[in-house]
Amino acid sequence: MSTVTETKKAPAGERVADWADGRLGIYTLAKANMRKIFPDHWSFMLGEVCLYSFLIIILTGVYLTMFFHPSMNEVEYVGPYVPLQGQLMSEAFNSTMHISFEVRGGLLIRQIHHWAALIFLAGMFVHMMRVFFTGAFRKPREINWLFGFLLFFLGMFTGFTGYSLPDDLLSGTGVRFMQGAILSVPVLGTYLSMFLFGGEFPGGDFVARFYSAHVLLLPGIMLGLVVAHLILVFVHKHTHFAGPGRTNNNVVGMPLLPVYMAKAGGFFFLVFGVIAVIAAIASINPIWAIGPYRPDQVSTGAQPDWYMGFAEGLIRVMPGWEINLWGHTLVLGVMIPLAIFPAVLAAIAVYPFIESWITGDKREHHIAQRPRNAPTRTAFGVAWITAYMIMLVGGGNDLWATHFHLSLNSITWFVRIFFFAGPVIAFIATKRICLGLQRRDKDKVLHGRESGIIKRLPHGEFVEVHQPLSQGELHRLTAHEQYDAAELPPAVDENGVERKIGRMEKLRVKLNKGYYGDDSQIAKPTVEEYKEIQSGHGHH
Amino acid sequence: MKKLSARRRHPLAAVVVLLLALAATGGLYAAFAPAGTAKADETAQSLAIEEGKKLYSVGCASCHGTGGQGTSDGPSLVGVGSAAVDFQVGTGRMPAQQPGAQVPKKPTIYTQAEIDQLAAYVASLGAGPIKPTEGQYSPDGADIAKGGELFRTNCAQCHNFTGEGGALTYGKYAPSLEDVDPKHLYEAMQTGPQNMPSFPDTTMPEKEKKDIIAYVQAVNSDKSESPGGFKLGGLGPVSEGLFGWVFGLGALIAVAIWVAAHTAKAKKS
Repeated sequence: MSTVTETKKAPAGERVADWADGRLGIYTLAKANMRKIFPDHWSFMLGEVCLYSFLIIILTGVYLTMFFHPSMNEVEYVGPYVPLQGQLMSEAFNSTMHISFEVRGGLLIRQIHHWAALIFLAGMFVHMMRVFFTGAFRKPREINWLFGFLLFFLGMFTGFTGYSLPDDLLSGTGVRFMQGAILSVPVLGTYLSMFLFGGEFPGGDFVARFYSAHVLLLPGIMLGLVVAHLILVFVHKHTHFAGPGRTNNNVVGMPLLPVYMAKAGGFFFLVFGVIAVIAAIASINPIWAIGPYRPDQVSTGAQPDWYMGFAEGLIRVMPGWEINLWGHTLVLGVMIPLAIFPAVLAAIAVYPFIESWITGDKREHHIAQRPRNAPTRTAFGVAWITAYMIMLVGGGNDLWATHFHLSLNSITWFVRIFFFAGPVIAFIATKRICLGLQRRDKDKVLHGRESGIIKRLPHGEFVEVHQPLSQGELHRLTAHEQYDAAELPPAVDENGVERKIGRMEKLRVKLNKGYYGDDSQIAKPTVEEYKEIQSGHGHH
Repeated sequence: MKKLSARRRHPLAAVVVLLLALAATGGLYAAFAPAGTAKADETAQSLAIEEGKKLYSVGCASCHGTGGQGTSDGPSLVGVGSAAVDFQVGTGRMPAQQPGAQVPKKPTIYTQAEIDQLAAYVASLGAGPIKPTEGQYSPDGADIAKGGELFRTNCAQCHNFTGEGGALTYGKYAPSLEDVDPKHLYEAMQTGPQNMPSFPDTTMPEKEKKDIIAYVQAVNSDKSESPGGFKLGGLGPVSEGLFGWVFGLGALIAVAIWVAAHTAKAKKS
């Protein structure tokens, strides 16, 4: 070492970086990505909420696995919680009690894990809706939309398997519910149930099986999808809202390093902090109060976590129809909800492909739209959310009944009717509201903002002074492009031969007219209109 | 004798025979019937019944009938017993304010002494479950864990895991058991008020009732603990989900708005 001391050494940091670059090629990576731009808008940070709560779930989950025993062997409870002492329970429940009452920090970590899971799913829902309503799923982001949707879908099942692990009376009822749904599948149901539970329900296997799905299989796939999702965000770059200097070909915002690194890093700790505070003040899934699972016991108010509440609602409000054929029973009361459940989710998942087929637009879009400027899509999204929320009401119908002093049966009928009628009403109302907002935008552009200043003209008339908008604001309100409604080509071509138009094409044109016809958008103001009004001819 | 046989076809002969037969039956009954209860009637018990009857005629008779036989507005009270009266009137459910799917609990309007008098009167109409003594319902020395198991087997399907209450059909409901007097818990199990099934001692012995009372007291009274923090009503995932959306995601969105609003100042201008 002493022989080389006199040569001029680079600073330590640079030497470490050089060493790493020689092996990992970090300089090229950094050059390409350090100045990556992220636009500033709060709604663009919803995805970060999901990412960070996912990380928190993984970290706290690792801690929980150190103490959890995924076994259904029966043991007697001898821990400190008096109201359960001497009760028989599975080792899974016993170890969860141990985590909650004896492991240092165990209960807090358990509650952080569970609250973070609820918030993760809620965050994904809202993030997905942000992307939906701003049209950020359009080319080139359709695949990434599907990745995100899959994350939500898998998150639901990861959450469900995790909720089932403590083998408490509440989650056991949930697992029984799921088994009932599996049994309703014609022909295959019985076999699937026997295969999944290793025999009759509940058997002695399902906790161990759910455990490997919950800690390994599902989170493994999700982690892969999260990485793919983030890579695609980098590849596509972020969308941004229209504004001066913001085009379809650039991204205006702050660079990853140093600004966004600091912001995102800080935001991680804020998310962790908020979730930790929630977990510290509010109890979640108090298994000691719920008790161990026994198939002969059940409690009222047995609901799944919110993200499965929609499925619960479908089952609760479905009439108990069944058909008996050749000694076999077809349980429509369970089978139909089981079929509607994936269908409703699929409706939102495939929407980007349907919209791009309807518009026929194959260009790339990097400007996020304002929801009002895509009224039909916005109306569809609100209708979908309405159906979803109505079913959530159905899933909690007993609590609506007790808390609002209503009849359980009336709520069930309300949900049955409004699952179909609600989305239609929501669609029409939303579309009207969007068009109204478009008109208001047009009015603002042409006449300016209402200033609240009332002026009396010499002949006695009172007028309100309108202040013209700034150039930037004018741009923001008129930057969106509007499609012209598609038209079917003439019935005969130039040679007088009858043109063959496929049914699908006819349907596409019809839908397209519904999207972009005269009743579905307000033509945005043109430069000529603006100039004419501003020159004073058509004042107010 | 001739005189008698001569009149045996007299129109009133049948009436006379009937009267004689009735007099004989009544006389024999009076001679041989046990006279014990009739003798004790001059005590506090009969006074209580007297007083109870007066209270009953004012507060209850309009629905339950003047003799407790029931009307179209209220069921018969014959055989419901003093336990049922003590529960219904002691929790304020009776007298009912208005007809409906179920009569709710409300502030009690009778004193305990008056309730006892009413109970004595109703009990005198026919034998039924007797108001329990403190030794019967006091949770002291009961097995809480066993009570929990019994509660989850017999009660939770309507009253929820820890007795927070739940919905039944058509506006009926199982009420919350929070801070309910052990005596009333016992009486409810004994008599099965309103929509609740009854659990007489033959199906659920006294000891098990005590265990259940001890469990409810342990998990759902002002003394019970919630180690995890606010229990959010003890209603399970619906209230948790609502809390997570409103306060969890709500707070995070507020934080996101704050972070996005505070951008790097040096780059601005």
